[in-house]
Formats: sequence, C-alpha cells, structure tokens
Amino acid sequence: MNRSPYITDAPTVSTIMLKVLLALVPGIMAYTWIYGGGILVSLTLATSTAIIAEAALLKIRQRPIRPYLMDMSAVVTAWLLALALPPLAPWWLVVVGTLFAIVIAKQLYGGLGYNPFNPAMVGYAVLLISFPLIMTKWPAPLLLAEHPLGFMDQLHFIFNNVLPNEIKVDAITSATPLDYLKTQLMLKQTVASITATPIFGMFGAKGGEVVSGAYLLGGLYLLQQRIISWHLPTAFLAVLTTISLMFYIADSAHFANPLFHLMSGASMLCAFFIITDPVSGPTTPKGKLYFAAGVGLLTYLIRAYGGYPDGVAFAVLLMNMCVPLIDALTQPRVFGHEK
Amino acid sequence: MHAIIHFASNLMRGDATHKNVFAFNGGVHPLDHKAESTTRAISKLAIPESLTLPLRQHVGYIPKVKVQVGDHVLKGQMLAEAEGTVSAAIHAPTSGIVSAINEQVIPHPSGLPDTCITITPDGKDSWQQLHPIDWRNTDKKALVDSLRASGIVGLGGATFPTHIKLHTNGKSNIHTLVINAAECEPYITCDDMLMRERADEVVRGIEIVQHLLGAEKCIVGVEDNKPQAASAMTSACISNDIIVKVVPTLYPSGDARRLIHLLLAIEIPNDKRSTDVGIQVFNVATVLAIYRYFVFGEPSISRIVTVTGNVAQPQNFEVLFGTPLQSLITAAGGAKKDTTHFIMGGPMMGFDLPKSPVPITKAANCIIAAAPNLFPTPPPAMPCIRCARCADACPVNLQPQELYWFSKSDDFEKASDYNLFDCIECGCCTYVCPSDIPLVQYYRYAKSEIIVADKAKEAADLARERNDFRLARIEREKLERAQKHAERAQVGKSDIKASEASTPEVSPENKVSSPHAGSTVSAATDKQAAIAAAIARAKAQKLAATPTTAPSAEPVDKQALIAAAIARARAAKLAATQAGLAPKNIDGVSAAVQTEINETDAIREKAKSSVEPKILD
Repeated sequence: MNRSPYITDAPTVSTIMLKVLLALVPGIMAYTWIYGGGILVSLTLATSTAIIAEAALLKIRQRPIRPYLMDMSAVVTAWLLALALPPLAPWWLVVVGTLFAIVIAKQLYGGLGYNPFNPAMVGYAVLLISFPLIMTKWPAPLLLAEHPLGFMDQLHFIFNNVLPNEIKVDAITSATPLDYLKTQLMLKQTVASITATPIFGMFGAKGGEVVSGAYLLGGLYLLQQRIISWHLPTAFLAVLTTISLMFYIADSAHFANPLFHLMSGASMLCAFFIITDPVSGPTTPKGKLYFAAGVGLLTYLIRAYGGYPDGVAFAVLLMNMCVPLIDALTQPRVFGHEK
Repeated sequence: MHAIIHFASNLMRGDATHKNVFAFNGGVHPLDHKAESTTRAISKLAIPESLTLPLRQHVGYIPKVKVQVGDHVLKGQMLAEAEGTVSAAIHAPTSGIVSAINEQVIPHPSGLPDTCITITPDGKDSWQQLHPIDWRNTDKKALVDSLRASGIVGLGGATFPTHIKLHTNGKSNIHTLVINAAECEPYITCDDMLMRERADEVVRGIEIVQHLLGAEKCIVGVEDNKPQAASAMTSACISNDIIVKVVPTLYPSGDARRLIHLLLAIEIPNDKRSTDVGIQVFNVATVLAIYRYFVFGEPSISRIVTVTGNVAQPQNFEVLFGTPLQSLITAAGGAKKDTTHFIMGGPMMGFDLPKSPVPITKAANCIIAAAPNLFPTPPPAMPCIRCARCADACPVNLQPQELYWFSKSDDFEKASDYNLFDCIECGCCTYVCPSDIPLVQYYRYAKSEIIVADKAKEAADLARERNDFRLARIEREKLERAQKHAERAQVGKSDIKASEASTPEVSPENKVSSPHAGSTVSAATDKQAAIAAAIARAKAQKLAATPTTAPSAEPVDKQALIAAAIARARAAKLAATQAGLAPKNIDGVSAAVQTEINETDAIREKAKSSVEPKILD
C-alpha cells in the first residue's frame, strides 16, 4: 500500500495555538499593568466557559473530546474575546460572549476548521449590539483613575457590580479615546483640542498604546515563528496607515493621524491575532492581501463614519463573508499553466 | 504586485540564493539522512541462491517470455523480449536454470502477485557472447533500436523504457539534455555514491546520450548536499562542455519539471512534455547503464540500491535484479530488532513492501528498514484549519487545502478544475500539515475515481450511440419489410414463398435462438465482464501508482503511464457496459428484433474478444 510520505515536520495544531497564546502574554501583562488584575479574572472566566462549552458541545455532537480540547483553539478564542472586552466587564458579559462564540459561531457550524466567521469577533459583535452601554464604557487606566481600584475591588465589581464606598461607576469609567474622538468631532471640536485631553497619550489612548505595543511585540514573535503569514498584518496596517494618512493630510482638524489609528482600539490585536485566524480567512497569498486590506479599509470607514467607535469586529465579519469569493478569484497560477 | 509577494515570501523563507539557479515555489527541507549510507563504498552483492524476476519491472506492456522452465540460460541472455512500443526486455542476471515461471508477490504498492521467472544460479556466472557496439560509427537509429533489447529503463525510479526516450524519428529537436542527479529524496544515496565512484563512466554515458539525441547542450543538476559527487562529476567533465550545476537542497528538486526550471528557468507547460520544448531528462544511473550496454554489450541486469534506515550497516550495494530483499538486508548487517517493515523508495514517495519475500527490481533505488522511531505513526487527522502551509509547500503551486476539500466531499469536477491532475504526489503538503491529514491519499483516491468515471461516461456515450443506431435500424428494416410486403401484394401469390426465403430476418435459423438462451449468455457475459473490469481497474490503479516511486518521474513517463491506465480502464469499462446492455426482458419480441439482438450479441462478443488481450496483460 502506498501511504507515503512517512515523515512530517509540522507543528501540530496545538503547538500553533499555544504559540498564539504565548504571543498574547506580553499584551496581557501590559494590560494588567495598565488596567489592573481584572483582566485576569475575565481571561479565567472566558477560558473556563470556553472549555466547558466546547466539551459539552463535542459530547452532544458525539465527537472525541480530548483531542479537540487539546487543540487549544477554544482557549485562543476565549482569550481574544476577553481581551477585546472592557477590562471590568461583568462576569455574565464574558460568559455570554464566550458561549456565543464557542457554541453558535464555532461548534454549531461544525467545530474547528468549519466556522466561516471569526468566533471571537462574533461573540464581540453580539455583545456590542446587545449591550452597547457596557461595551463602550471603559475604565480609565489605573494611572489616570481618580480612584484606582485594587484587585479585590475589581473582582468584587466584576461579580457583584459593587464598588467600594463613595465611588460611582461613572467615576471610574469613561468613553474610550476612539469613542470620545468620534462624539467630540460631532460636537464640532477639532482633533487637536480633543487629543489634548488627558485620556490621550503619545499616539493613541494613554495606557492603551502600551498594550498595543505589546501586541505588536507578540505579533512579531508569531511572524518570526512563521505561525502567521506576513501578508495579513502588512496589508492591514499598510491600508489603515495609508487611508488615515490621506484623510489626515486632507483635513487634519477633523481626522486623526495614522499613528493614532494604529495604536488605538483593537488595531494591533486585529493585525496580528484576529485577521490571522486561518479558518475564517482566505488561503491564497493574494487573497490574504485583499482580505486584510479590506479589513483595514472597513475599520477606518467605520471608525470615521460609522455608528460604532471601533470597527474591527464588523470589518472582520464583513470580510469573512467575502472569503470564498476572494479565494476563488485569487487562485495563484499553477506551475506550467498560463495565467 | 506578484514580484513584491514573491520577494517578500523569499525573504521570509530565508532561502539561500544560488547563482544561476531559478527557484520554483514551495518545496520542503526534510532531514536528508544521507550520511548514514555514504560512509561505505558501494559493494557488490554475492549471487543469491535464487533470483526472481518479475516480468513487470517497468512502465508499459509486459514482455513476452522467451524461455521455458528447465532451460539453461547464460548471464545476460534475454529471458523476455519487449512487446509493443512501451515495453522492456528482461535478462538473466547470472547463468543458471529457469526453475519456475509463475505468479509471485512483486514489490509493488498493490502487493498483488504477478508473473515472475525464477532462476536457480549454477554458480558459474558465465556470460553469453557479448556484442559491444561502436556507437560513434553506427547509425543513430540502429543504436536506438538496439537499445530495445537492452532492458534499460529509467533507474531513478520511474522505470520508463529508455529506448523510447531516445527515439527521435530521424531528426531530433532536442537541444538540451538534462541529467537528473538531484536525488532530492531523503535517505536515498545510490546516485550520490554512483557519481562519487563512477563519474567517468557516467560522463561517457552522457556523451553517448547527447550524441544520440543530438543535443548541443548538457546540464547535470546535483543538489548541494552531495559536494563529493558534484566535484567528482565536475572533474570528470573537465574535457568536455557538459555543465555541472549545483542546485540548493530542496525537495522535490529532483522532479523533472522542477529541475528543468531550476537549471534553465524554463517552465514546461502543463499540457506539454519537456521534449516539446527541446529538453530531455535522464537519470545518472540510467546513463551509466546505457554506457555499459554500448561499450561492453551488457544488458540491464543489476543496479545500485541504497539499504538504510533501521539496519546495522546502511550501505549501497550493486544488486542483481531478482535478488531476494532478505539477502540485501542481511548484507547490510541485518535489520534491527524493532524493524516493523520495509519501504521501497524514499520516505516522501516510497511505499510499504509486502510482508512476503519480494525481489529487487529495476525500480528499487532504495530500501528503508522502517521502525516506529524513524517513522512514527501519525496521530489521528484533525480538521483542516486552512492554514495554507500546504499551499506554501506545493511545488506545483496548487491549493492542496481546496483539493482536499473537494476530494473529501467527492466533488471531483471541482477537484479537476483546481488542477488535481497537475499534482505530482510529492507529499510536501502532507509533510507540512499541522492537522496530520494524509492529503496525498485523498488526491490518489480522487484521481483514480475521476479516471474510472471518465471512462465509464465515455463507454455510456458509446452505448447510447449504438442504441440509437440500433433503433434507427429497426425502424428502417420495418419500413423495408412494409415495402416488400407491398411489393409482394402486387406480385402473384406464387412468388411469395421465394420472397420469404430470401428475407434473412425471418430465416428459421434466427428463430431458433430463444430469448431464454440469449439472456443466459448475456448474464454470463455480464459477470465475466464485471470481473474483467474489476481486475483491469485494479491493474490500472496499480499501474498508475508506479511512477510515483520517485519524484524523478519524467513527464513523458507519467503521461504514458496514465494513457496506459486509461486504455485498460476503457477496455474494461467497454466490456462491462456492453455486457450491461444485454436485454433483460425480451419476451414476446418480434423476430426482427430478436435477430437484431443476436447480431448485437455477436458484435459484442467480437468487441469483447478484441479487448480481452489488453485486459489480460
């Protein structure tokens, strides 16, 4: 019988996923430093929900549980979702989002390898549409907070929605810089005056830009390890930069500069961790460029003109829909064939 | 944009750039494991107690046996002669007695038995009268014709009869001869050692082939993991203008189309052969065999075989064809305890040898003793995560993940649209798959299904045509009869009898064959044809797998092979479909229709008997 090749040299799916998790660690550390230990609670909640939901669904679908849990893909989804949510998101928000991501967006479509949409982004979009108020209120970074919350306070808030005496919810949360920029621009403010407020840092959000930088670091590690292909982050970041630069040059009073866009919101997470999900993305090299460029374009348009402060989740989901078409139209030339 | 992508991809891959080498996309870098078997010189294996020579050692028709059991044969004597265009002769590797001509298990992916000639050596090893040929002063056509009796086939593993590749029909349009010395598969070192030790003879052989083809230019392609072989070849080529080019070690650079691209920057169109653009490719060992045939008159009776893997002393041996595998393993110090089985060919494209004893054949470039620590059983396949590592590794630039999807869901039309048949089954995609999906298996399956289905469709179309024709004929005959009837009505009563006798449709002879008898015959035909079809299909598949034993399979080999497989499948399908056409319910049909059925049966029988020999070979 011919069952060659007999040798393989590939990281397993688990190895790939573990490296993605490892690459997220700098981001998580920065996140914890900036926003406090609450994120660790969210991550734990999301991870356990994801594992339990995945196992339950595998059991219902009569699939082997162990190998599929060991692939770690559910954990990656859980972490990405948790990192996308506001730092002090109530426990049920994390649980509902994760459940939606794993049960509906992943397992009901057939599990690993079969989901047409990025599960973490589906979970995020569902929460954003269902609970817009909670989803857009972010606590100020610890260094800016009037009343910095300790870890126990954060824990108490996440599970019981209770803050220490005399502190009101509004006192610890505010709009994100992307959100603030958008609402202030609508109030006829100029970018310069808006970004002069303390929530803005050197490039993007004060504190948030540090987290973005940490994601970039993790992303470079993934590139170096060849876990992700260069096409996706490059095209996404290039398009986001180019478009924001064009608008910025045309009207710098009403459009933020490219660096702000790169270092704010979920740009870096998106470039290296979200659009790089292979399952819901295109497979051809050219297709990857188009896909990532599309996400970059849509992200910018939603940020600048859409109803939501950040556009990454919707941009990714919209482009996910185009993947079969992109793949079909970008087939590379086969050796020995005419174009 | 393409250039940018290409540049960035190469940058990311960090591939070493070689001067004057034109890289193809994809490819993989498996550990080469060549050092183990290159520490010892090639040694000649002693004549074993018995030699088993399968008739099927090459691509094409099986040769015709020229000896009988009990005959005494001399070393180099022809045992079976090439029959048909694509065929190769078999010679006695030593002198002795033909002790059996029967079915035995042969080293083939199918594991099925096939006809073999067994020789019991007499120990004298006496040559028959040898006839060296003065190739410089002999007509080229005569030289090539004489090669038909040499038994030489492509020794890179493709085993395509060599004389066909040298046929130039009088005027050659081959301008470049490419010598494939890449030997890109891990473990295999037979060509490496051959070049190290016999570079001079190889170069002589190249000169002969270049002369026969009339090729102005000759390039030898050697991978850079064989520096000794490359330098031996370079020094042997010092007095002529043969170019030895070192190419980067990258599997599958030994695939003919890939090698041509590497060396000459020419991409052979997918629907053409290399000869269409003036390039012919030969393996180094084949060239050496040609040299020995012309200069010493020696036919193809032995080859260099690498024995490696889980054996005590990995080494290359010069082995007589027909030598039992076990003798070879013993010569290499024996297989270590945990050896599970043996692989013929390399780890990327080889196949498991059957457990029962098998002989060494012309295709056997390498024998690897397999053990769990060398080739661990892959974990169960996980779902495809569309990571496209396979696409990055594919040397043909296919989209293996799409082909997998289509093959798995039996969407063969889509698979063909995505150029499934351009797949060379090199195994790079499986090699890099993080989900451990046996991708190549899926492609082999899809290819065989498509070939069978295509032929079935062709046969069905043919059957429909025949049926339409038959109906038209019945209609026509009905009209003719009516006409005759009318004529008879006009003629007097006395003439009617004569008229009736002259009408063949209603002759008593035809009336005799009852519908019952007809259906019995057709049922039997049905079954026989079905069995024949099954055998033919198995053989076609078996045959289709043959060229995949090494990536050096040259394009011409592959296409001839597919053509042969198609021919078999077609013949079988034809027989099956015709038999399937046999009317099942023919009670109460008119005599005219019955006659028609009988005629069709006769045609069918004739057609069947004419395709039978093809099925049997």
